[in-house]
Amino acid sequence: MVLYSLTFYLFSSVAVLSALMVISAKNPVHSVLFLILSFVNASGLFVLLGAEFLAMILVVVYVGAVAVLFLFVVMMLDINFVKLREGFLQYLPFGALLGIVLVIELGILFLTDRSSNIYNNQTPLQPIVNEVENTKMIGQILYTEYFYLFQICGIILLVAMIGSITLTLRDKGGVKRQNIDSQNTVDASTAIEKKKVKIGEGI
Amino acid sequence: MTYDILITGLIIIAQILAVVVPVLISVAFLVYAERKVLALIQLRRGPNIVGPFGILQSFADALKLITKENIIPSGSNKIVFILAPIITMVLSLAGWAVIPFAPGWVVSDINVGIMYLFAVSSLGVYGIIMAGWASNSQYPFLGALRSAAQMVSYEVSIGFVIITVLLCVGSLNLSKIVLAQQTVWFAIPLLPMFIIFFISALAETNRLPFDLPEDESTLVAGFFTEYSSASFVLFFLGEYASMILMSSMTVILFLGGWLPPFDVYPLNVVPGVIWFTVKVIFILFLFIWVRGTFPRYRYDQLMRLGWKVFLPFSMFWVVATSGFLVYFDMLPN
Repeated sequence: MVLYSLTFYLFSSVAVLSALMVISAKNPVHSVLFLILSFVNASGLFVLLGAEFLAMILVVVYVGAVAVLFLFVVMMLDINFVKLREGFLQYLPFGALLGIVLVIELGILFLTDRSSNIYNNQTPLQPIVNEVENTKMIGQILYTEYFYLFQICGIILLVAMIGSITLTLRDKGGVKRQNIDSQNTVDASTAIEKKKVKIGEGI
Repeated sequence: MTYDILITGLIIIAQILAVVVPVLISVAFLVYAERKVLALIQLRRGPNIVGPFGILQSFADALKLITKENIIPSGSNKIVFILAPIITMVLSLAGWAVIPFAPGWVVSDINVGIMYLFAVSSLGVYGIIMAGWASNSQYPFLGALRSAAQMVSYEVSIGFVIITVLLCVGSLNLSKIVLAQQTVWFAIPLLPMFIIFFISALAETNRLPFDLPEDESTLVAGFFTEYSSASFVLFFLGEYASMILMSSMTVILFLGGWLPPFDVYPLNVVPGVIWFTVKVIFILFLFIWVRGTFPRYRYDQLMRLGWKVFLPFSMFWVVATSGFLVYFDMLPN
C-alpha cells in the first residue's frame, strides 16, 4: 500500500508540474515535450486505477499520434520569442478572468452539499478485481448500450477527415507524378523508338 | 513490512537485469552477425581480426566509441540533445517487460500486453524527432521530419494487423496470443498480414529499404549526424534492441512464440525459450537479408506504399477475417 501511494504521488506530482511547465516554458517545443510528459503520467495514473486499457489507448492515441503531429507543426514554426512576449500584458486580463472563473467553479464543486451529490451514490473508484478484463468490459458496454453514440462519433470523425482532405487537396499544374502501372507495362517495343537522324540536322 | 518491500524491489531489479543484460549482449552479436551476413552477400570476409572469427568486433567498436570525446554542438538545445538518445535506448528496452520467452518467463504478464508493446514502439519516434530538432542543423532536422511522417503512416497498418490477430485470439495478453496458436501458427492462415507486419516492422525500426531518416546518401547520417561517442552508441544500441523487439513481436503474433512447430516427441522436449530464440534469429536474418538485397525506397514511394497499399489492404483483411469468424461461428469467447 505504501508503494501504491508513493507511485500515485510520483505520477500525479510530475503530471501537475509538467502541466505547469507547458504554460510557463519559453520555448514552444519544450511546452509540447512537457505536454507529452504530462500525458504519460496521466496514463500511469490510469494504470494505478486499474484501467490499463484506457492507459494504453491514451499513450497510443495522444502521445503516439496526436502529439507527434503537434510537435511536427510546432517544430516547423519560425517563432519570434521577443514578439511572443509583447502581447503578454495585453492578454493578461482575459487569462486571469478565465482562471478565476475556473477556480470559482471548482470551489463550488467542493463546497456543495456532498450528500446530494450523485458521486456519493456510486462506488468509489477502485480497481474491480474479477476475471473479466476491462478491455472486454469496455467492449461489452460500448457496442451494446452506447452503440448509436459510438457510430455517431465515427461519423463525426469521418466528416472531419473528409473536410480536412478537401481543404488541403489542390491540383497544381506542372507536378510530375509517378504512374506505377504505366512504368511497369513498359517494354523494349514501347520504350525505345528508332529514328533515322540526318547528318547535320539533329532530331 | 519494510523488508517485504525491499525484497520485492530486489526481485524486480533482478528480473529486469535478467532480461536487459541478455538483450544488450545479443545486440552486440546481432551487429556482428549483420556485418558477417552482409559480407557473405557481397562476397567479402567481414570482421575477422578481433577474437576468433572476429566475434569480439562489436565489443571493440563499443569501447572505441565510448572512449572518444562526446561533442555537443554549441548551437544545439543541450538538454533535449542529451535526452534524445537516452529516450531511444530506454524505450527500446522498456518493451521487453511484457515479452513471454517461455511459459511463465515474463517480467510482467499484463492483460494489455500487445497494446503496451504497440504504445512503446510508437513512442520510439520521439527520440528521433528530439534528436533532429535539438541538433539545430538541417540534415538531422530533415531526418526527423521524415521519421515523424513515416512512423505515423506505418503504425496505422500495424494497428490493423494486430487487430486481425486479436480477432482470432480474443485476448490482448501475449501469453494467451501464443497459446492460441497451438493448433496452427497465425502465419499460415494470416499470411498476407504476416508479410505486411514484417514490412511495416522494417519501416518502424528505420531499417533498409525504409531507412530514410538516416539516409546516408542524401542526409549525411540523418537524425544522428551531430552525435558522437557515447550518445551515438545509445542510438545504435537502441536501434538494434528495437529491431530484436520487433522480431520478438512478429514471432509472438505470427510464429507461435515458444511453441514447437509440431507437438511431437523430439520437438516438444526442446525448451520453449530455445524455440523462441531460434525463431527470433530467423526473423532477424530476414531483416539483414532484406538490407543486403533491396535498394532504398524513394520517400514518396514509401508514403504511397503505407497509405495506398497497406492501409486499404489491411483494413479489408480485418473485415474479411471478422466476417469469416462470425459466419463460421469461430469467434473466441
